[in-house]
Amino acid sequence: MSGHSFENKTIKWVDERLPVFTLLRHSAIDYPTPKNLNYWWNFGSLAGLVLVIMIATGLFLAMFYTPHTSLAFDSVERIMRDVNYGWLIRYMHANGASMFFIVVYIHMFRGLYYGSYKGPREVLWWLGIVILLLMMGTAFMGYVLPWGQMSFWGATVITNLFSAFPLVGEHIVTLLWGGFSVDNPTLNRFFALHFLLPFVIVGVVILHIWALHTTKSNNPLGIDVKSPQDTIPFHPYYTIKDLFGVGVFMMFYFAFVFWAPNALGHPDNYIPANPMVTPAHIVPEWYFLPFYAILRAVPDKLGGVLAMFGAIVVLFFLPWLDTSKVRSARFRPIYKQFFWLFAANAVFLGYLGAMPAEGIYVPLSQLATAYYFGHFIILMPLLGYLERPRPLPQSISAPVLKGGGYAASAQPMEKA
Amino acid sequence: MADTSTQAHGASGQGETRRDFLLYATTAVGAVGTALAVWPLIHSLNPAADVLALASTEVNLAPIAEGQAITVTWRGKPVFIRHRTAEEIETARAVNINELPDPQTDEDRVQRPEWLVMIGVCTHLGCVPLGQKAADPKGAFGGWFCPCHGSHYDTAGRIRRGPAPANLEIPEYTFLDDTTIRIG
Amino acid sequence: MRKFFKIAMVAAGLTAAAAGSAHAAGEEIHYESQNWSWNGIFGHYDRAQLQRGLHIYREVCGNCHALSLVAFRNLEAIGLDEDSVRALAAEYQVVDGPNDEGEMFEREGRPSDRFVKPFPNEQAARAANNGAYPPDLSLITKARVNGPNYLYALMTGYQDEPEGVELMPGMNYNVAFPGHQIAMPPQLFDDMVSYADGTPATVDQMARDITAFLNWAAEPELEQRKSLGVKVMLFLAVLTAMLYALKRRIWSDVH
Repeated sequence: MSGHSFENKTIKWVDERLPVFTLLRHSAIDYPTPKNLNYWWNFGSLAGLVLVIMIATGLFLAMFYTPHTSLAFDSVERIMRDVNYGWLIRYMHANGASMFFIVVYIHMFRGLYYGSYKGPREVLWWLGIVILLLMMGTAFMGYVLPWGQMSFWGATVITNLFSAFPLVGEHIVTLLWGGFSVDNPTLNRFFALHFLLPFVIVGVVILHIWALHTTKSNNPLGIDVKSPQDTIPFHPYYTIKDLFGVGVFMMFYFAFVFWAPNALGHPDNYIPANPMVTPAHIVPEWYFLPFYAILRAVPDKLGGVLAMFGAIVVLFFLPWLDTSKVRSARFRPIYKQFFWLFAANAVFLGYLGAMPAEGIYVPLSQLATAYYFGHFIILMPLLGYLERPRPLPQSISAPVLKGGGYAASAQPMEKA
Repeated sequence: MADTSTQAHGASGQGETRRDFLLYATTAVGAVGTALAVWPLIHSLNPAADVLALASTEVNLAPIAEGQAITVTWRGKPVFIRHRTAEEIETARAVNINELPDPQTDEDRVQRPEWLVMIGVCTHLGCVPLGQKAADPKGAFGGWFCPCHGSHYDTAGRIRRGPAPANLEIPEYTFLDDTTIRIG
Repeated sequence: MRKFFKIAMVAAGLTAAAAGSAHAAGEEIHYESQNWSWNGIFGHYDRAQLQRGLHIYREVCGNCHALSLVAFRNLEAIGLDEDSVRALAAEYQVVDGPNDEGEMFEREGRPSDRFVKPFPNEQAARAANNGAYPPDLSLITKARVNGPNYLYALMTGYQDEPEGVELMPGMNYNVAFPGHQIAMPPQLFDDMVSYADGTPATVDQMARDITAFLNWAAEPELEQRKSLGVKVMLFLAVLTAMLYALKRRIWSDVH
């Protein structure tokens, strides 16, 4: 692998002592990538970009923010009013959190559709779930920092979840709070952890990319790369494709930042936290709503908490729950239908999470929760046996012809 | 396989110049955009609007009797305001400025002789000199004495002895009326 | 490219669903959308209207409601010159100190000071207002669902209670207020103030003016935000088009 040599003397000198340029060349330039990746594959690099934006804007916000119950709210408003471009930095950060989840959820659904979690990419998938969990923790604690009404009551409700565990529950909650309610010690530690966790995410992202480059990218056909004909170098093909995606994404992102900066937030968080008055409707941020619906669907306190955590934990077992030999839903006519049903169900759960926990919404939540778990635990194992997949193409270079069946011959179609 | 990959770009001959132009133009636009995107972050480090709003401060001089001094805070630093006696003014004006480390006449350092207004930060390494209170050591020249490294200032706040390289700095200020000044 | 649009649609749909559900909970009362000058892509404030709104705040609202996040110096942004700001600030008495004797003292306000609260704390405010707490208005349009339209509807929503509605003691009937019983009595009456610019002071006009002023108080960055947004979007549109063209060329030799 060390066959490369660099023309530039300085680069060569450094690389012989610390092969960062070789690493860069292998993982971002020459990296052989399936040539048939579609735009759904843009969301991984987009997630990386959002992480960088979040860390950069967050760092500068931290320079002006004061983690104290009596100063936090005003320090955020000072950022909005007095700090140069403070409003831009804060709105980028607040909406960036939502963008991060949009991008990552699409990234995950892409993995679900094309079977990217299946062998040999199980560890890659696991690391992705770990990133999601870390993101959830980071986002939750970040939302507490402005110390508005939703900050305070969100923190109270979510930390109280842990009281559901028998025996140790109350102790865990007291430990989390550092007191007898959500208060200044809680705010302080949440700030410290909110600052730390993104760097832990960066660490796991590095592992995630390492695992990716070990097993190589999946592709829309879900079949393995058979020859160099099937791949193209990452640069310039996917660098430019990713950059084009970045341009479009930034327009989407900035449309919120500049024209609807509070559309994804909650008005109550512009009221300073008041431990004596609970807002009429407590809802978490939109990206937690499906899980919130699952929590409320189970009438038992501990059961609800376990179901909510279980909704994530079940994803770890997905590589084995899916018994199909075929990765891509493109060749799985029945799974494809259920995939879209699952996606619709997830959005529906999100809707239910925003509705009050009463009337028709309760049985609907229970139904949707049942489908969420049934999809993974019952449907996925069964479909592998019952479903007859469509025939797979021989290789990426010889895709299936329009009428189905195999391409006549694997003619090389590249000019180069 | 090593040698082919380095040539990944210019593989197709036709349209090569157009692609190159497009490549350079896009790179330039992207680079400008990235640079502009960094500016709000950098600019946020400059003084904020509420900080700038406190960049000037008004001081009422009426309560300061002759021979007394007060210290006010301006931009986070102490400002010495001294109501000098006739004797102090005379001493300050009698000095031959050619003998001074940082030559400056007393007239250049005051707007009205009885009011000496200066930033109370030693020009050596930033300590606050003593001499504002009646009981303070005032150094060998009857003005101020910096306890950190022994700089002596005279009754016009000029450096006379010790390691400090320059006279105490005079801030920008204006008399709004006979008993009010605005500093900054 | 078609695929690409599909992705964009999915993302937009997801976000719309998210945005919709975030606000879905709660509001039953419909607030008619008013044609505010700051709406839209190029929205901007009407300086004369903001000054009229400031007039209403100072004459009416400010007797009970704080505006504690707005500094007098900020008023230069709504068209007051430096001297007017200085004079306006000096009309307020600001608590400062302690002085050399260790006492707090009152002095005239300065441009760097913020609007003085009408009550020193929440308890005092409640005691003076029959137990009800007049909220700080600095962020009110952001702190209410559909803020500006709600505020306008509230200011113009006072009516006699319909038959069968029993008002609690000290409460007033307002169609726009959730629950319809509000502790604040109606505050705006035709010609209660005379505007310096000669605009007739109808209840409707005053309600619009105070809403505009309070929206400015909550979002003083709005104009800068939207105008910068237009520039950023134009830039991104050009850059993205160039990236797309480059992508097409680079990929032209791949099948």
